[in-house]
This record gives sequence, structure tokens and C-alpha cells, in this order.
Amino acid sequence: MSLPATDRPYFRSRHLEFIVVGVLLLLLTVIFPLLNAHGLLSDFTITLWGKYLCYALLAISVDLLWGYTGLLSLGQALFFSLGGYMFGMYLMLQIGMLGSYAKSGQNPNGLPDFMVFLGHTFLPPFWRPFQSFGFSVLMVFVIPGLLALAFGFLAFRSRIKGVYFSILTQALTYGAALMFFRNDFTMGGNNGFTDFKLILGHSLVDNDTGPATMRGLFIASALVLLTVCLFCHWLNGTKFGLVRQAIRDGENRVLFSGYATANFKLFVFVVAAFIAAVGGALFVPQAGIINPDQMTPDKSIEAVVWVAVGGRGTLIGPIIGAISINALRSWATQAYPDSWLIILGLIFLLVVLFLPGGMVSLPGKIKALRKSQGKPVEPAVARA
Amino acid sequence: MITKFSKLLGAGVIALSALVGSARAADTVKVGVLHDLSGTMAISETSLRDVLLFTFDEINAKGGVLGKKIVPVIVDPGSVWPAFAEKSKQLLEVDKVAVTFGCWTSVSRKSALPVFEKDNGLLFYPVQYEGEEESQNVCYTAEAVNQQAIPAVDFFIAQGKKKFYLIGTDYVYPQTTNLVLLEYLLSKGVPLANIGGGFVKDSSGKITNAGKYTPFGHKDYQQIIAEIKDFAASGDACVISTLNGDTNPPFFKEYAAAGLTADTCPVVSYSIAEDEFRSLPAKDLVGQIGCWTYFQSIDSPENAKFLAAFQAWLKTTKADGVVKEGRVVDSPMVLSYDGVYLWKACVEKAGSFDVDKVRAVWKSGISFVGPGGKVTTQPNMHLTKTVYIGESKADGQFKILKTFPDVYGEPHLKGTFKPKE
Repeated sequence: MSLPATDRPYFRSRHLEFIVVGVLLLLLTVIFPLLNAHGLLSDFTITLWGKYLCYALLAISVDLLWGYTGLLSLGQALFFSLGGYMFGMYLMLQIGMLGSYAKSGQNPNGLPDFMVFLGHTFLPPFWRPFQSFGFSVLMVFVIPGLLALAFGFLAFRSRIKGVYFSILTQALTYGAALMFFRNDFTMGGNNGFTDFKLILGHSLVDNDTGPATMRGLFIASALVLLTVCLFCHWLNGTKFGLVRQAIRDGENRVLFSGYATANFKLFVFVVAAFIAAVGGALFVPQAGIINPDQMTPDKSIEAVVWVAVGGRGTLIGPIIGAISINALRSWATQAYPDSWLIILGLIFLLVVLFLPGGMVSLPGKIKALRKSQGKPVEPAVARA
Repeated sequence: MITKFSKLLGAGVIALSALVGSARAADTVKVGVLHDLSGTMAISETSLRDVLLFTFDEINAKGGVLGKKIVPVIVDPGSVWPAFAEKSKQLLEVDKVAVTFGCWTSVSRKSALPVFEKDNGLLFYPVQYEGEEESQNVCYTAEAVNQQAIPAVDFFIAQGKKKFYLIGTDYVYPQTTNLVLLEYLLSKGVPLANIGGGFVKDSSGKITNAGKYTPFGHKDYQQIIAEIKDFAASGDACVISTLNGDTNPPFFKEYAAAGLTADTCPVVSYSIAEDEFRSLPAKDLVGQIGCWTYFQSIDSPENAKFLAAFQAWLKTTKADGVVKEGRVVDSPMVLSYDGVYLWKACVEKAGSFDVDKVRAVWKSGISFVGPGGKVTTQPNMHLTKTVYIGESKADGQFKILKTFPDVYGEPHLKGTFKPKE
């Protein structure tokens, strides 16, 4: 699992990397909505990119664990989906009397449509507080955080690591998916939550005001991503960040030096859950649906692939990985609907074989190649 | 710099494609195909893509729609449900398709639906579904519950069956179908004791639903089969199955192993058609019942013509990824085929591709004689069609036992059947 010196090989300093990430994200936050507001960028593109940014948050949460701490979690999609579900409950209750049953007078209490469907006549008690935006946002952090705390506590106390930790996280997310698939669980079963109408009084579907709401969600996603990057950058510079990397590179040595590694890992695991959860909460209104399929193990593995392709153990790598793979997927599923899986698979193979450090290591490789050919070297600047 | 440059490049490409598009737009019309070509649903949905391409070629060969050739825009959501919303948006807002044919699972339709309603698009949906929906932006060529589940129950009642065991996979379609069937059985005077599979009750003890539900991919049916065997000991029972896909082989294997047969206790499966049959143990299924609005074995000139044309197309087509050997057709495929022709008829009568005008013609009632008989559009966006009950044979085909002509598609059935006093 150890990756020698992957933390800052592609930038002269980690500060430079952060500045590049920060500037790019700020530009994205300003330019995309501006172009969209003036009709130069379609509403379709802005929503698509909003989702990519949410995927980038998921990728950062994987990288925080895998790239920086050496914990390969194959269950991050669970925290992403839980965050999405918590916020989704708020969105479902906002539909209220705008749902199709309520319109035909069959739903006097404004229950979510799927409940009327299954013969419920009143709202289950645990749903009620989700009428409040503040409570729902709080739960986006509390529920995934508590789960990560409980699971991490048990796993790290028992010194479960390496592949066993990966398998356990996979089992956790699979178990949760089965539970959410059950219709008795009153979380929408297989169909999940969909048909959202309002968020904080702003319409998501209106043809006049909807695009502005989507623009707002895009800006929120970009700002959250920026904040998370700032946090990760700060964390990497602290003593805590160094201990964390030491755990990745030689946990026993850290343990014997007197550090309680379990506590460090637990902290990172909970923080990663927060980041994934907030990504999920922002994803749901932009994607328009959340269902248990989003928390099956293969979704988590997909996120690991983004990080591997982008470059783990870097700040910029997971963002590049998540955006480029998903953009490629969006394009290829239309341009080559019959062979896009092969194209994507081929790219993964090429990256694993020739770019084990991910896409961010490409400028370094080119630089090294030029050096060996004796050509003048241009300063390598990685571009997103 | 880089972002600016790529933006310029992007804008250039878009402008160029718009130019090319407008040059060709005069004699073509874009039509979306929104079916999973990869992932878990691909096995079912690629067949629908194939039959749609066949239908487009057939129509184009005869001059197209309003003199315009159909150009399909095929996208692959890859069995990822949020991708249905994304791809719908792309088809409607970027490609600006006139109509879309797509979706199989309820969840995919629920994901795409808000986008079609927001952008006022038109989606043709061809797969039997749970009802309780009547969107103005969906043409439901699919079987509603009263065009599949209820005729099958009528068939069993006419055969003298007194006990009904309900089993299904735990998702919306089986849950809703069983809810309607529970009300229907009670309205026919079947006592609660004769309805098997258990009941779902709310906290006040009121029965809210019936049936036994197993998760997706469930394999172990031993205990449930033992329960069915006890239930069927009286010899006048039948099983109504809404089990889905890969749970069927273990269910039917266990069923045959327990000594239950179509004679002692027949099973009607709402999710098994000719296409699914290819992957099932045929000997365990002989004599079991299917109920659809089309069977490949229908003996009519329209069906013979359709089958011959489809097989001929398979031999000559150059479309990517089309399997050419051992192909069968089934109800969702024929309803896709009917859907394209109904859309063509509506467009031609309206004299326009405009969604509102096409919808108005649909509501006024248009008929088309397809491979499964005459289908007629209804004001509630559904179809009137003929329902067939068939018995499965060892070769994977169905022998038609009974025909219910011109059944009106009724999506809102919940609460319509009152218990017999």
C-alpha cells in the first residue's frame, strides 16, 4: 500500500498545488454560472458539471482514506448515499401537496407518493423532523458520522486492516443497500426518492426559475468542494497529517512510537464520511433521484477507480479523476453506446500499466522523457 | 488559457454541428432510444433497441414520417438510474428529439419522468407496469394491471381455482399488483383464508397489502415452496408470481423438486415472456401460465408478416451489437413496435411533430393493427388491446388458451374493487 513520495511529486510544493486547485475551482464557480446566466452554457451542462463536482467530493473522501492514510474503503458510496437520503427526505416532504396523488385529492396529508402507493395513511414519526431544512442538513452529517464512528471504532479497535478492512466496508454498504431495498423500511424501496419540486422555496422544475436554482446548487457544490480542498490542504500541513501519512507507510512503527493509531484512523474515517455525505446531499437535488442502487459496492469501487486514474495521495488527483471519468462516460454513452465500456476499460488498463501514479503524473513523465532526450525543459505545470 | 481555448473549441464544434444539423434537418427527424445496453438490464433491453431500429428501418424504407427519415439517437444509461434523468435531459435539451422510446424498470421511468414533464417531451413506455400513473408526457403502450394480472385471475377462477398464493420480488410493481389483486379477490368473494403469502398490516391492524416478498437475486425458496405445498394440498390452489428475472430459475427448480406441477397447482408468472424463457429451465416450466397482450405463437397475417420481416432484417442489418441467432419476440418488443407506428399515425394525423398536437391526436383515439391484434389509444394515455392467456411449452413458446379482446387500459385500480358483502 505504501506509495513513496506521492504527496508532492508533481508540484514543486504542496502550496503550489493548492493554489492551482483553488484558482481553478474559483474560476469554475464564477465562470460557469456567468456563462449559464447569459445563455452561453446550457442548463444541461451546468447540472452535469454540478454532479461531477459532487462525485469529486466522493473521490476526495476515498483519497483521504486510501491515498493519505492507506485505508482502502470500498464503502464510501454508502456515506454518499446516506447523505443523499437524509437530504432527500427533506426534498420529499417539500413536495407535499404538489405530488400526483395530492393533485387528484387522494393524499390529504401530503405524504410522499411512494407511501400513499404502499397504503400508508400517516407519516412515520422519524420522518416528521425532516420538514425542517436545518434539521435535515444536520442529519446529513450526524447519521453518516455516527455510522462511521461506530463501524470505525469496532474495526480499528480490533486492528482490522488491509484487505480485511476493505471487505468489511464492502459488506457494510451491501447490507445497507439490502435494507434500503425493502419497502417496509419506508425509504422508498427500489424506486427511492424522485420527482423533487422545491428546495427552500425555490423551484427545481419550473422552466423560468428552475435554471437559477440549479445554478445555485452548482455554486454551492463548487464552494463546498473548495472548502473541503482548503481543509485537506490545512490538514496535510499539520502534525496530524504527517502522523496519518506515517500510518500509511508503516503503521507498526507509528504504533511503537507511542501513537494510538486507531484514534487517528477513526478521526480520518469520520471526516471522510462527512465529506462523502455532503457530496451526496448536493448530488440528490441535481440528479433528481436517489435509490439504494447508489450504495451497492460497485458504486464505491467506481469511486476508487476515479481516484486511481486521477492520482491518489494528491489533492488535485481525485478531482481530475472524478470529473474526467464521468465526463468521458457521459460523452461515450451517447457517442458509442455499444462500446463505451470497452473504451473505459481500456483507459483503466492503460493507466494502471503505464501511469501507476494516475493522470497527475503525466507531466512529470513527459518532463523526464524530455530530459532523457536532452531537450530544454519547460517548467511543468499540471492543468486541470 | 486552456479553459478559454477549450471553450472556444467547444463553441466551434457546437456551431459546426448545428450547421450540419440544420442542413440535414429538412429531411430527417431525430428520435431518442433510451434503453440500457449495459449493466443488469441490458439482457432485456437490448432486444427493445433492436426492434426499434428494425421498425425505424421499415418506416424509412416506406418514406419515413411526414416525408422525413427517422434518425435514431441511441444512448446507454447503463442500468444506472440517475443516468436516465441525465440522458433524458440530453435527448430533450441537446439533441431536441421529437419523441423518445425507452425505459424498462419502474425506477428508470420514475427517474426520467420529471425531465419529460419539465421539458414537455414524449416518452413511449412499452413494459407491463404497476399503474397508479397518468403522466401527460408518457404514452403507456405497456400492459396495465387490468390487462395482465386481472385477466389471469379471471382465467383461474373460471377453471375452478379457489385459493390464490401471491409471491413477488420486493419492489413497486409486485407490491402494487398484489394490492390490487387482494382487493379484486375480495370483491370476487374469495375469503382472506384462501389468499396465501401473508398480509401486511399497519399499526392499527388494518390489512394494507398481501403477498410474500423476496429480495432481488433471492436463491433459497425451499421454505416458501414448502408453505405453498401445504397451501395447495386441497388441489384447488394456484400461484400468482411477480418474481423477477434471476429469481425465477431457483423458484421453478425448487417447485418441480417438491413435486408441484402445473396440474396440481399452476403458476402464472407476469414477468416471464418468450425472451426470458431462453434462460430458464424449460422442463420445469412446461404447462405454467403466462399472460400478455402478445405471444409469438399468435396465428394472424400481421404477426406472420412482422416475424418474417424482423428475421429478414436481422440477417441484413449492419447495426452495432445486434445478436442475430436464435432470436424470439415477445410482448415488450411488439409494444415498442406498435408504439412507433402509433406515434407515426399521430404525427401524420396532426401534420406536425409538436408534442402537444401529437398528444391531442393520441387522446382522440387512433388505431393500429399490429402483430398482437388491434390496439387503440385512449384519453388516459394508455392503450386498449387484446389480452392472451398462454400455456408454456417445452420449446419456449406459449400455446394460447384464452383471449380477452379489447381490454381498456386502466391505470388507477387501487380502491376500485369493493369487498363482496
